[in-house]
Amino acid sequence: MHELGVVFHIMDSLEKVAQENEVMGISKVVLELGEVSTVIEDYLQNCWKWAAKKRELFAEAELVVEKLPAVTWCDDCKQTYPTVEYGKICPHCGSPQTWLLQGNEFNIKEIEVY
Amino acid sequence: MKEVRILEIKQSVFADNDRQAQELREELKEKGVFLLNLMSSPGAGKTTTLMRTIEGLKDTFKIGVMEADIDSDVDARTISQSGAKVIQLHTGGMCHLDAGMTRQGLEGLETGDVELAILENVGNLVCPAEFDTGASKNAMILSVPEGDDKPLKYPLMFSVCDVVLINKIDVLPYFDFDMDKCREYILMRNPNAKIIPVCAKTGEGMEEWTGWLRDEVGRWRGKEDE
Repeated sequence: MHELGVVFHIMDSLEKVAQENEVMGISKVVLELGEVSTVIEDYLQNCWKWAAKKRELFAEAELVVEKLPAVTWCDDCKQTYPTVEYGKICPHCGSPQTWLLQGNEFNIKEIEVY
Repeated sequence: MKEVRILEIKQSVFADNDRQAQELREELKEKGVFLLNLMSSPGAGKTTTLMRTIEGLKDTFKIGVMEADIDSDVDARTISQSGAKVIQLHTGGMCHLDAGMTRQGLEGLETGDVELAILENVGNLVCPAEFDTGASKNAMILSVPEGDDKPLKYPLMFSVCDVVLINKIDVLPYFDFDMDKCREYILMRNPNAKIIPVCAKTGEGMEEWTGWLRDEVGRWRGKEDE
């Protein structure tokens, strides 16, 4: 829903990184995106294409999104399960006392620069 | 052929904003300014609740309000009738405020003598939850007509809030809103959330809310009994 704002944030952060590392241009940006983060990859790619044209540093930057699977932990039976398939209720014991272990990440992993 | 190298970044997309927010929070703490970030979906009653809140606390604190909207100044006009200092922020199409925009807003508000600054965030239950504004405390309003299942649908919003106001309780008899279930859903997401049922229109429950806020501002400013 706020993919464009997020793209601006990423670009702002990377412009600082580029300055610190004497970078001429960025050819690839690799993000890690959790399966249940609030960001939709398709929208993100579209917003990226639009914003990249407006910033010299990103004119040729390809966006690569690596998905991280969402995993939930059950406090009652001490087991994990895939979040997207089963949601909040533990499929092993039916408990709602469950917590997301991973899957809401949204990280800049690395960039390829020249 | 260009020589290409890889730079490892390994930081959250929100790391930069989180750092700015933390800096702002520390500065405000030093200045004795309490910043409340008020969030809700559109139409949950943020502005009416604010009017009541200002009425209840204007003799205790100098209050400043920042109205954040994509466009228009209708809310700022309404709030200005309360006598509180108010400025309108336009997000230019953005669905939330970040720490940088909040800082600009506070500068516009000239916080010199303001003790309680309130940010009325853009009406939205998704994006504002992702961006730390630098607020001392986060509050959200869930109104009865929206339904008791919202904590299940917008978990992040409920997990970042220190206090949840359940507004429009005067219309409870007309809606299938289960207050106990709603509490249970909120606490499932955030066991530390303070939940206060209110009706901003009639004033019911508003004393508990302004009391909570008064204590929090006092604690923030280092005066327990203010």
